[in-house]
Amino acid sequence: MTEATLRVEGVHKRFGDLEVLGGIDLAVDDHEVVCLIGASGSGKSTLLRCIDLLEPIDAGRIVIEGQDVTAAGVDQDAVRRKIGIVFQAFNLFPHMTVRRNVTLAPRKVLGMSEADASERANDLLGRFGLADKAQEYPDRLSGGQQQRVAIVRALAMQPDLLLLDEVTSALDPVLVAEVLDTIRDLATEGMTMVIATHEMGFARDVANRVAFLHEGTIAEEGDPQRMFSEPERPETRTFLDRIIAAGRM
Amino acid sequence: MSRGGPGPEVHVPRGTSGVDPRAPDPLPGRSSKILGAGGRGPWVALGSTLIFFGLITLLVVSSPGWSKPGGVRDLFFDGALFRGSIWEILQGFVVNVEIFLIAEVLILILALFLAVLRSLPGAVSAPLRLLAIGYSIVFRAVPTILIIFLLGFGMPALELRGLPNGPNADIFWAIVALMLVYSAYVMEVYRAGIESVHPSQAAAARSLGLRRGQALRYVVLPQAVRRVIPPLLNDFIGLQKDSALVALLGVTEGLRQAQIEQATYFNFTPYMSLALVYLVLTLPQVLFVDWLIKRGVRRRAAGAVT
Repeated sequence: MTEATLRVEGVHKRFGDLEVLGGIDLAVDDHEVVCLIGASGSGKSTLLRCIDLLEPIDAGRIVIEGQDVTAAGVDQDAVRRKIGIVFQAFNLFPHMTVRRNVTLAPRKVLGMSEADASERANDLLGRFGLADKAQEYPDRLSGGQQQRVAIVRALAMQPDLLLLDEVTSALDPVLVAEVLDTIRDLATEGMTMVIATHEMGFARDVANRVAFLHEGTIAEEGDPQRMFSEPERPETRTFLDRIIAAGRM
Repeated sequence: MSRGGPGPEVHVPRGTSGVDPRAPDPLPGRSSKILGAGGRGPWVALGSTLIFFGLITLLVVSSPGWSKPGGVRDLFFDGALFRGSIWEILQGFVVNVEIFLIAEVLILILALFLAVLRSLPGAVSAPLRLLAIGYSIVFRAVPTILIIFLLGFGMPALELRGLPNGPNADIFWAIVALMLVYSAYVMEVYRAGIESVHPSQAAAARSLGLRRGQALRYVVLPQAVRRVIPPLLNDFIGLQKDSALVALLGVTEGLRQAQIEQATYFNFTPYMSLALVYLVLTLPQVLFVDWLIKRGVRRRAAGAVT
């Protein structure tokens, strides 16, 4: 039996009195794309941050490629090296050029030479239509370009798993498409991804599986076509109705 | 340096929401705050300024004590004595320059070290954090002059081997004292800078696999240091002036030299000479700091990196 790329088992997370994750179970296979949907505050972002070990979990475990990464004594930096994450707010380093943003981790974490890291950066930037932006600083780029640089920065570490946290929510509507197209390309190439998103049409197109988060648990998950056309749970129904009413689908 | 605006969940970096970084200065007409703006404004400002300062000058020079023999003009503004003493004072002032330049380099290093200690996370680092906090409290609380006295007179009395002695000992301990005191201030400046960098920056660095120290070194500190250059330079201007306190240990620097001249001629003009030297030294720095701050405000308004 092949080991799933990611297995989340009974993960609980509280912030003070607020239980954000109340026992999440989720498995993601190699080359699989899973979209997390659900209202704001349902725990999508927190789940992604927990998977990347940016937030400690209170109970349960997270297994990546067979290794329990939430066990004591795990080298968390080594785990993060294998996982890429892209944030809603891009979080590019504003004091570095685009190329520096992309080459920083390959140079300092993987120990690549300046030349090798730059070559990798140039390849990726070229592939995502950013070749002419390599020498620019992030504040000279549009939001869509910045977010694509953030994706390239994560890809430069050649992660086994890519987490995308509402990567289009901070963008002007006209810039959303270019970022979604980039993610579609990655899905086609077989990148294993967990994507938190409010873009239901995109989720239906690109996901192998959709998981609906409701109040810190996965209320329903399954095939996107089935989920969006005939959801089983009333919470899912209510959520999708509200999305449709808001004209987002 | 405020983190205002939306919370961390929806934090959008500056310059991402359609703000064109090449947009013109969004605060037109505010460039000449001192002289007022537009039309007859500058002329009125110039006229009122001339009248204002003219009246003050008139008041001083028409006072009974100004022009009588042995009056203020003779005691403080003796041109011949100025020309006769300025060279000696400048030679003494070279010692001040040495002291504050060496101290500034040491402060930049020590204060950064302390600021990093102060911001270490985790329960295990508690003693180091406490050490840094205690340091900052003690050296900001005790007057600089007391630290100079305590080190300058106390440390040589210990007769420790391997440390400078004689007149060099005074300069050595003066530098150490200034370094200790000003590092406490500069440390707080650094810390404010570190805390002004949004936590999402460190998170982004860590998520790429950088270790905590690497995230601090390559991502957080470069942004923090850029933002605190103006307050840092302000502290250095203060330090340069406080280098005169070294005179109290008997080091022959600018102030001590001026005192010697003053006592020789029973005339205060050498003090005016020294004041002029300080003015010439610090004025460009003050203007530079103001320019940096103004540029920072303009750039932030245009959505660029500070």
